[in-house]
Amino acid sequence: MTVTDLVSYEDALATYDPVMGLEVHVELGTKTKMFCGCSTELGAESNSQTCPTCLGLPGALPVVNATGVESAVKIGLALHCEIAEWCRFARKNYFYPDMPKNFQTSQYDEPIAFDGYLDVQLEDGEIFRVEIERAHMEEDTGKSTHVGGATGRIHGASHSLLDYNRAGIPLIEIVTKPIEGAGERAPEVAKAYVAELRELIKALGVSEARMEQGQMRCDVNLSLRPNGTAKFGTRSETKNVNSLRSVERAARFEIQRHAAVLSSGGTIVQETRHFHEDDGSTTSGRVKEEAEDYRYFPEPDLVPVAPSREWVEELRAGLPELPRVRRNRLREEWGVSEHDMQSILNAGAVDPIAATIEAGADAASARKWWMGELSRRANEDGTDLAALPITPAQVARVAELVTAGELNDKLARQVIEGVLNGEGDPDAVVEKRGLKVVSDEGALTAAVDEAIAGNQAIADKIRGGKVAAAGALVGAVMKATRGQADAARVKELILAKLGVEG
Amino acid sequence: MPGITREEVAHLARLARLELKDEELDHFAGQLDDIIGAVARVSEVADQDVPPTSHPLPLTNVMRADEVRPSLSPEQALSGAPAQEQQKFKVPQILGED
Repeated sequence: MTVTDLVSYEDALATYDPVMGLEVHVELGTKTKMFCGCSTELGAESNSQTCPTCLGLPGALPVVNATGVESAVKIGLALHCEIAEWCRFARKNYFYPDMPKNFQTSQYDEPIAFDGYLDVQLEDGEIFRVEIERAHMEEDTGKSTHVGGATGRIHGASHSLLDYNRAGIPLIEIVTKPIEGAGERAPEVAKAYVAELRELIKALGVSEARMEQGQMRCDVNLSLRPNGTAKFGTRSETKNVNSLRSVERAARFEIQRHAAVLSSGGTIVQETRHFHEDDGSTTSGRVKEEAEDYRYFPEPDLVPVAPSREWVEELRAGLPELPRVRRNRLREEWGVSEHDMQSILNAGAVDPIAATIEAGADAASARKWWMGELSRRANEDGTDLAALPITPAQVARVAELVTAGELNDKLARQVIEGVLNGEGDPDAVVEKRGLKVVSDEGALTAAVDEAIAGNQAIADKIRGGKVAAAGALVGAVMKATRGQADAARVKELILAKLGVEG
Repeated sequence: MPGITREEVAHLARLARLELKDEELDHFAGQLDDIIGAVARVSEVADQDVPPTSHPLPLTNVMRADEVRPSLSPEQALSGAPAQEQQKFKVPQILGED
């Protein structure tokens, strides 16, 4: 069955109530794989990071990575989960060449963490609590390249090539309980949840959680039920939605698609769907006509994991301040609105601004430079703010020079440009480029006199009370000093010379 | 009660990608049912106080430090592969024409 006509989002929500379930996979930033000592370094040549264990060769025995288990417990604790006192790994059996063992080592009915929640803040400040079903440990699969079909798709491929460097990299799968009651804000909740989870993972230091590099991936389960009813509808599962924006778009699209099918009397097929970044649509993947049978059973080659309560409490005590709590604290300290804080978060500027303030800048300046000039540059270069070749300490120094009156904004922008170009620290750039504000009153006064002499008509207007006309004279002085004067001081001097109150 | 039906054997055979003829299904279903019945006798001995065992040794928390150890070379890793291309394992078509 194909559906090309979507119901408008508003119409869909007028009739139906969306229920979502989000499954997020996080690749841990450990040095080695989950069950063997192979490196997890990205970019290595194909099949250069494998061993008998991750290739599933006979006789090889897996041993779990201690840092992987610790990371799982930390994630569980940060999500307010209970930590299992005793749990096992399980084999998830399936036939697909991305796992050479023919099973994935995962956890089944004994996840290491369960029954938690994550409070997420929506754009208008509303807090929505997302309940967490479980977080469990497992391993990533190898990377397939499909050959012979159109644009690398599996359909029509003549054969496939496998690189098992990624097979066995530690994954934590975090599964929500059904998210109900979000209504029309369901797509926004989905996005906010994944965003908050990413911040949390980064704050814990267990992964860089870069979605564009596949270190964090989201599956969006969604179903609709008629408004006012309790029973869940049939769900679809949109796989591998790999950006925050895509999470929101995928949820929105599926709401509209389900509504179109249901309101025309059709039934939703339980299936996996593929998300398309280009137009935000989803298309049918694999139909799950029967519940999948992975024949899970306890992994006999690994012994149970039994985190001692002392260790769990030690890890709990070492948890960092939760990102949302920290953001709210910083928001108050910086004196910005919810909306502005959201923009700062979206720009990836929370940490740079905080570090710049720590380095001595005032909040307003730190925010101004990171959200203005530097965001613009990052945007132009297509890079992250944090990746710009300028440190918070350097930005703080620029702000300090401006506050001290040694630079004006225009000069400060040139200093920042110099630092970004690798010309050295702000002071070195000021020195080399000769960017000091002209603070020599004698030189300034001379420039002011010259400007008045050269623009008598304007000077007369100002004498006559048209103070606004002073802008033209300020401009002339700034030009004469090649922008290196303090414009406010220039205006003061001009008005004083002409005997006008500012 | 333990035991396995012919339908369950057919299902398992499909999951395991084994093509079994009707008479083979009859044959194996009977054999497997006998085996499961025999193994199930363990349950008669094990009372409620004996937890299911998934590992013969009473060990927990056997872990390794997160330290890199040498991997196989790509040549070694691929040495047992029936086919390879571009230093990768080459596998037959995954999805048939449908």
